[in-house]
Amino acid sequence: MQFRKQTLDNGLVALGEVNPQAYTAAVGFFVRTGSRDEGPEESGLSHFLEHMIFKGSETRNADQVNQEFDRLGAMNNAYTSKESTVFWAVVLPEYLEPVTELLADILRPALREEDFQTEKEVILEEIRMYLDQPPFGADEECEELHFAGHPLANRVLGTMESIRAMTPQRMRDYFQRRYRADNIVAVVAGRVDFDAWCDQLQRLCGAWPGGSQPRPIVPPRRHPGFHVRHKPQATQQYVVQLAAAPGCESPQRWVAELAAVVLGDSVGSRLYWELVEPGRAEHAALHYVDYQGGGIFWTTMSCQPQAAQENLRRLADVYAQAIVEGVREDELHRAKTKTKARLVLAAERTHRRLFSVGGNWLSLERYFSLEEELQQIDAVDPEQVAQLLTQFRLDQPTSVTVGPLRPEELSP
Amino acid sequence: MSETIHVRQFDNGLVLVAEPMPWLGSVACSFRVPGGYQYDPPDRLGTAELTCEMVFRGAGDRDSQALIGHLDSLGAQYGESVGTAGAQFGVALLAQSLPEVLPLYADVLRRPWLPEEKLEQAREVVLQEVRAVEDEPAHKVLQELRRLYYPDPLGRPSHGTLESVPRITLEDVRQFHGRFYQPQGAIFGVAGQFDWDQLQRLVEQHFGDWSGDELPQIELQAAGERYRHFEQDSQQTHVAVAFPTVPYRHDDYFPAAVAASVLGRGMSSRLFTQVRERRGLCYAVWASYHTLRDRAAVLCYAGTTADRAQQTLDVMIEQIHHLAQGITSEELQRVKAQVKSRLVMQQESSSSRAGTLVGDYYHLGRVRSLAEVQQRMDCLILQEVNRYLAENPPRVTTVVTLGPSPLEVNLAVP
Repeated sequence: MQFRKQTLDNGLVALGEVNPQAYTAAVGFFVRTGSRDEGPEESGLSHFLEHMIFKGSETRNADQVNQEFDRLGAMNNAYTSKESTVFWAVVLPEYLEPVTELLADILRPALREEDFQTEKEVILEEIRMYLDQPPFGADEECEELHFAGHPLANRVLGTMESIRAMTPQRMRDYFQRRYRADNIVAVVAGRVDFDAWCDQLQRLCGAWPGGSQPRPIVPPRRHPGFHVRHKPQATQQYVVQLAAAPGCESPQRWVAELAAVVLGDSVGSRLYWELVEPGRAEHAALHYVDYQGGGIFWTTMSCQPQAAQENLRRLADVYAQAIVEGVREDELHRAKTKTKARLVLAAERTHRRLFSVGGNWLSLERYFSLEEELQQIDAVDPEQVAQLLTQFRLDQPTSVTVGPLRPEELSP
Repeated sequence: MSETIHVRQFDNGLVLVAEPMPWLGSVACSFRVPGGYQYDPPDRLGTAELTCEMVFRGAGDRDSQALIGHLDSLGAQYGESVGTAGAQFGVALLAQSLPEVLPLYADVLRRPWLPEEKLEQAREVVLQEVRAVEDEPAHKVLQELRRLYYPDPLGRPSHGTLESVPRITLEDVRQFHGRFYQPQGAIFGVAGQFDWDQLQRLVEQHFGDWSGDELPQIELQAAGERYRHFEQDSQQTHVAVAFPTVPYRHDDYFPAAVAASVLGRGMSSRLFTQVRERRGLCYAVWASYHTLRDRAAVLCYAGTTADRAQQTLDVMIEQIHHLAQGITSEELQRVKAQVKSRLVMQQESSSSRAGTLVGDYYHLGRVRSLAEVQQRMDCLILQEVNRYLAENPPRVTTVVTLGPSPLEVNLAVP
């Protein structure tokens, strides 16, 4: 595998992780924009715009775009988070050129009024869909409460009200501000001719304007608390807990990831043995999310309502014990093996390397080869984990719980 | 694509199918035993699921902590699922660990402790899964669609019910394990980096002296009614629709699967275009081909606001019935391109290939190589697909909805 990089005059960064052994080529445009870059009138706009990109450019309509991806046999999709909007495709190597052309073309969208109104209905359905699914919006609400007053509090989907009030003009203004060349990273991974691909990018994207404003990074203040949302139709009780964790620029990134695997991986972790294996909870897990300027430890749990209080106590005990005692050498070793094996197996698919390369560049402007990532994992020791757990307190979370229980029936 | 596919049937009935993918660093195994939910005693639904949940709670000389600790220390990724006619245990790991993982699965499949003191915990896990489905309307509406469409016991939900699971005894689990975790009807698929001679020796060593009896016949009941509505105070009305198609083993599988793709797979499919892109009726809408050994269905789903649900259902049914008029050559070309890509992408994933090996052998008694599928697709012409559709015009037979109020279901073809 070989890492390549080139920057166009307008600031667009092109990256490649070239692997002549691969069977496919993956390509993605990573735009450094998400809900944290939205103003008060723009809630949900990054995600809405992601949808509108697929409605076509001046030269292609939506049907043509959809049919062309399928005609190239592309496995393709897009996603929006708080920090990035990513458009990607995996194709056979001979289709890299046409699929790059297609992606670059739709990234200059027409944003037609009629498409805008139809797609607005689709977005509203997407919001309703999540409101019908566990944890019934508790995840977005919990982040909103945890980060209150900080841009990371902004909801990715927005709300029914903010989407209904959205106008094409507001979307065009946002597009002009955020989709500038120097705010975009184009990435390829797999069997590719990097130089030829860069020449193509120069032709396709060389005229895109640069000059974007950098995203201000202010460390967030956290707002611990306990909130109960009564939802009588639900069968189970759902819990979301957010606690402070290192940001993506921190050298403790892998320490935090491994702490989450030891304590809350979906199988074989402390939460698994305490809550899931004994049948006390349907699900219990801890994840680490590394936003810029400050990350989160993200706990999720679901169980029968009558078991919720007892399970909350057990959850708190697992975390309290880890804060006091740290983690054992043997469980950290297993977590490392598991995490490394996941990375190695995932790296057999070109799009997984694409996400890693593009994601690291967007947030850190750094490239890590698979080998470097494995070394960083190996370097973590139990003292670092113990130190991290006293520094970032899992016992001071923001909690939202949704289900049949009323506020007076549950306490932290 | 040059491929070798090894097949070996052992004297006890166990079949090993393996495909070397020496360019990968990983190996994946898929162990299928016949313990599917079609064999659940009718008043003890959930027995297959509870048995699958119990086998990891101590086996051979390891308790559950030691079993899972060992898998974690090998860096294995693993999971289990119970289907109609079998239970499948999948594991993927770095190639050099294969000799260590086979004896572990031999313990789990052949020598589980099935301990009394773990039964209530395992039962609680199964009950949690029954309850979880109640909170996931899209999942629930599709579960009920399969239940109505297929004759019982083929379409049951695997987890049983809140009434049936508490009735299952440890003796039921032990009997189920003894009867259905056995080599007759068992298929092991292995894909990735391995040595065929060594693999055969390992399987012989750990499973060669396994034995079991011939599997019993299944008695089928009549399929359910044509329409059922579940009232729920949800944001969306969830709509699920099924129509018959041919099973995977049928000569017409390729034209039938192409027709299902044109209808509802991908962003240029007819359902996506007509229901979402043209009308903005929903976010999620799709159709997908679903097969058992002797029967199959195309299952379609859409989730939409209550006041637009009737229109959504009407458009879906209209699009399905309209398929009988045939597809276009443009549509056929797009499906061919997608299939070609997917075949190549399978070569980058040992787990997906191992699963396909087992599925193919179960349905066909042999494995279709990637080259064979490619060749069959290359020579598939428009007339063949449209001949199939004209002779077998898609007719919706089953509709399930979940939401604030029922819909009007008119299945007449104009």
